[in-house]
Amino acid sequence: MNLQAVRSIYVFEMARAGRTLLQSLISPVISTSLYFVVFGAAIGSRIQEVEGVSYGAFIVPGLIMLMLLTQSVSNASFGIFFPKFTGTIYEVLSAPISYFEIVLGYVGAAASKSAILGLVILGTANFFVDLHIQHPFMMMLFLLLTALTFSLLGFIIGIWADSFEKLQLVPLLIITPLTFLGGSFYSIDMLPPLWQAVTLANPVVYLVSGFRWSFYGISDVSVVASLVMIGVFLAVSLAVISWIFRTGYRLRP
Amino acid sequence: MNHETPTAPARKTQTESHAARPAPVIAISGLSKRYDSGFEALKHVDLEIQRGEIFALLGPNGAGKTTLISIICGLVNATGGSVVVDGHDSVTDYRAARAKIGLVPQELTSDAFETVWNTVRFSRGLFGKAPNDTHIEQVLKALSLWDKRKNQLITLSGGMKRRVLIAKALAHEPEILFLDEPTAGVDVELRRDMWEVVRELRNSGVTIILTTHYIEEAEEMADRIGVINGGEIVLVREKAALMRQLGSKQLTLHLQTPLASVPPALAHHPLTLAEDGNVLVYTYDASEAGDSGHVSISALINEIEAAGIRFKDLHTKQSSLEDIFVNLVRERS
Repeated sequence: MNLQAVRSIYVFEMARAGRTLLQSLISPVISTSLYFVVFGAAIGSRIQEVEGVSYGAFIVPGLIMLMLLTQSVSNASFGIFFPKFTGTIYEVLSAPISYFEIVLGYVGAAASKSAILGLVILGTANFFVDLHIQHPFMMMLFLLLTALTFSLLGFIIGIWADSFEKLQLVPLLIITPLTFLGGSFYSIDMLPPLWQAVTLANPVVYLVSGFRWSFYGISDVSVVASLVMIGVFLAVSLAVISWIFRTGYRLRP
Repeated sequence: MNHETPTAPARKTQTESHAARPAPVIAISGLSKRYDSGFEALKHVDLEIQRGEIFALLGPNGAGKTTLISIICGLVNATGGSVVVDGHDSVTDYRAARAKIGLVPQELTSDAFETVWNTVRFSRGLFGKAPNDTHIEQVLKALSLWDKRKNQLITLSGGMKRRVLIAKALAHEPEILFLDEPTAGVDVELRRDMWEVVRELRNSGVTIILTTHYIEEAEEMADRIGVINGGEIVLVREKAALMRQLGSKQLTLHLQTPLASVPPALAHHPLTLAEDGNVLVYTYDASEAGDSGHVSISALINEIEAAGIRFKDLHTKQSSLEDIFVNLVRERS
């Protein structure tokens, strides 16, 4: 195991985020605050409570998930796409490191960044609403697993994309809609029965539901289903990545 | 370059005597590469690189130079054959193989917003070496990059970026250095500087493989020369031997009065007339251009004078590696 190399990639990637602190940290915090103002204050004042939780507090886990998903994907996809785009990837490919170590460095850094961001947003939310976390350990588990899984997805997208347009395509066309329709801002009980059934096909519902459960003990689907769903996501992402590296897809012709 | 003489004769005997031949630092056998597009970039290439030499790989565009280097360094997967780097297979034992190699790619690539220092330090870590700022300082100073260490790469000129790539390749103290077109787009002065750096590296025991378009570069630098064309190694020879074998020399005499034909008295010499009899050309083997060659030329000139031929001017020309190369590539295609 070339730990030195993993550490180098990790530190290098984290330093890049440090240099671009504004876009990495401040802009998600600002946009989250805007969600609170719009959804929490403006709309929330008309919705009294959802399953015994104030609407402002109800949307916190969903908002964190929203940021976690989009930031994990964009961090990780950009992290590997950029060296591919500039050509500096040659160095990583010529180094004495395994595929696993490459993934560990890049995805580890991306997941760390989005997990930290998730916690920062949690802290920001604390200014707006009273937060109680019933299952802090499970909350962290969901947070870390989601950050990891979606960073892996981002890594795959970054390797697949051969243009900036493609890099934006998946997050824009798939991740964001799935997240918005994944119960971030509502309980799926609020939907008509038909749409409730349709929504259950959306994997993000399980993530948001499980994460919300760790806060308030309320969930749309069972916690076990949520954990299984993350596990499936993780397994699929890992399988795709191992296929990418086995075949050299888009990396080693 | 007096300080390199102790190693130079040793290398020569190594490559020329088959009996006491040491294990090559890189052994390539049966290497082939067919890209998904169907293009066959390498066709069963066999090649051995000796430890401590400067090996120049010459070839026209698309000959397979970069593909060959890319396979050795792990950037491209081979379709067949094997590469053994200092006893380590480049696929099954890639960690040990790659740790020995530094690569300076052809394309000028850089993490635009990183500083010189950070990017070179990153390279060292990537190759699994513990941080060693003293070594990095030495590398940067040797490449005249020390003053620029805090600059972002995007602010550097093309030549400076090329130096950064070399610094990155040297950060992990490789035993083998690949330079893919190192001086493409580099001005003459910087090119000379780089040659100097390469020579110093060789003197410190690093094996260097360079690809180049500039024949001048191979002629100036290389111990051995390989010519690749159409995915095949056409020839591998010591530079000096190559020049001797394939190089011929010409003595050109510009005559005061034109001749209709070469006088019978001189017919036993390989003399030809050119430019309507105004120029007399004597072609001879460069390998005999040693002490005996000079004697024969002075004898020839005496004979010419004795035959009553007067000349205004004379010059000699040795065929360059470029002539040899062009001839070789033309022959094969």
